[in-house]
Amino acid sequence: MSLENGTTEPFSVKDCSLVAIATGDKAQNLRELRDGVMKTHPGSVYYHFWAGRLRPAFADPQFHNDFATWCHYALHDDVLAERLAVIDPTDYYTLDLLRQEVVEIIEQRLEEVEHPRWVELDQQFHFIRSQIVVFDTGRKIELPEELPEVVPRISVGSIFYHFVDARRRHPISVDDFRAWLGCPDEPHQELCYLLASVDPYFVTLKELREQLASIFEDYFKGRAL
Amino acid sequence: MTAIQDYAAVAGEDVINHLRQLAAPLQGLKVVHVNSTRLGGGVAEILVKLVPLTKELGLDATWEVIRGGERFYECTKNFHNGLQGKQVPMGDALVQVFESTNAENAEELRRILEEADIVFIHDPQPLPLLKACPNRKGKWIWRCHIDLSHPFRPVWKYLRRFVVDYDASVFSLSDFAQPLPHTLYLIPPSIDPLSEKNMDLPESDVTGIRTKFNVDPDRPMMLQVSRFDRFKDPVGVIRAYRLAKTFAPSLQLVLAGGEATDDPEGDAVLSEVRAEADGDQDAHILMLPPDAHLTINALQRSADIVVQKSIKEGFGLTVTEAMWKGKAVIGGNTGGIRLQVVNHHTGFLVNTPEGAALRIRHLLQRPERAHEMGLKAKELVREDFLITRHVKEYLSLIVALIYGDEERVELEMKPRG
Repeated sequence: MSLENGTTEPFSVKDCSLVAIATGDKAQNLRELRDGVMKTHPGSVYYHFWAGRLRPAFADPQFHNDFATWCHYALHDDVLAERLAVIDPTDYYTLDLLRQEVVEIIEQRLEEVEHPRWVELDQQFHFIRSQIVVFDTGRKIELPEELPEVVPRISVGSIFYHFVDARRRHPISVDDFRAWLGCPDEPHQELCYLLASVDPYFVTLKELREQLASIFEDYFKGRAL
Repeated sequence: MTAIQDYAAVAGEDVINHLRQLAAPLQGLKVVHVNSTRLGGGVAEILVKLVPLTKELGLDATWEVIRGGERFYECTKNFHNGLQGKQVPMGDALVQVFESTNAENAEELRRILEEADIVFIHDPQPLPLLKACPNRKGKWIWRCHIDLSHPFRPVWKYLRRFVVDYDASVFSLSDFAQPLPHTLYLIPPSIDPLSEKNMDLPESDVTGIRTKFNVDPDRPMMLQVSRFDRFKDPVGVIRAYRLAKTFAPSLQLVLAGGEATDDPEGDAVLSEVRAEADGDQDAHILMLPPDAHLTINALQRSADIVVQKSIKEGFGLTVTEAMWKGKAVIGGNTGGIRLQVVNHHTGFLVNTPEGAALRIRHLLQRPERAHEMGLKAKELVREDFLITRHVKEYLSLIVALIYGDEERVELEMKPRG
């Protein structure tokens, strides 16, 4: 955040839009799903874990990624669905590590079931990837103290970009707010800790925005006293 | 004319700002949409709004319509059915009409199309235009609104040779996409919440619509709105109505069919439907003109049960429209209906007339459940199936195509002034 001349580089609020792309790869049974996950574009692993965040959640989703959802609704294998659903992608620094975990869980299941099920032709799993289009909103945050006012007003696309997508961009898998604040160093060490404890995976983006707004509000209010 | 700012009230100010920012680097870009009808059918309904909105965002967007004779539409209807899996005749004479009609249209449109930065060709009717524009400078995208998951192979084999030269294709669902040597984008269609077909109506219009068509206002009414097309299974709807009526004798049915100028098969299906209804005084079969948007709006709002029992469906915009009006929908378990009808949440997915009858009885017995599902249905449409989302995805696609097919496209902010 701090430049050598002592000034502060502002935080540019960006927004994003995902464009879904069919890879053409499909799976009709568990073996095909495993093979598909092994060879698919890394962007497809990303899409099936994260793109759901940018889709609406009208009810609490039972399963948090597309692989688990398919295993439940199409394959009717709830054991596998539950094991896949519990994977938290934020635990994996790279998409390849995440991919390996999915493959490992499917292989374990393949060893347990004698006759892996097939699904109807129109219930196949379709591997999808996405292109992300990122654009500048023109909004700048000059000082950390402005965060409580700005964050509640930014779009869910901005929340996705700065808090979810950021983890793919930064070598140490942090969000853009922590990167800008210079975490984990002073002067905002406590705030860094609070942001690090936010789990973006099991909430909607609107809920995530509320959580972040609340953290910024409480933290800077406390410092103002 | 609706202005883009008017959508802020229904979609949110954020969404409109988002569109303006996304459109900023695309100012003045020449975008041309081409299809085969200006009236009737989901494609025309989307374009009639999409084009002016894109224009208002600063792009130079236009909409061209190709023209053809009866034989041309007969041929393209066969293609349409064939792409959806029906075995259809494909005689050399009809194919010749298809190609010569496109060649004639190309003579008129060539200059506009060759100068465009982006050309969207909608559905198979205008597909050969690309080959007729050798000096094209822009990117050409085939926008397929049809369920292409299991095409009749001879039809697809013939049409595919026109599609392969395009820079990209767009499908409504991944299930519909066929392997092609270019990027296959996925964009579901949408509805316009401010159009005559979807805007709020005075209560008197809603109650009055029943009187207009002799539908008893005091008895429950189930409705299907769709073209008289076999894939919409209107005969299956009548069977479901009959089964449900044995348990709910007061039930009435309205089948409201719209005409489309490119659908010559409608009359034959309408005759089958009338034969199946067999003079039932409670089964109302309405043939509505393509511009009967307010009538359809009022019918959807007035319905106690909305059904879309398609056996094949591209997307099913009538489902979206009914959901926007707070109705739980009983939909065929096919195509884009699955994307909208989340089983037991925003409606029910069914596979047979029997399944539909069971769910009709369920919702008639439990109006509070129907209401609750209807509220969820409306929210789902607000978040995901309004035209603002559609415009956003078209803009994103254009950006992606212009700025390269990298996984990540970062647009720079242009200084104002």
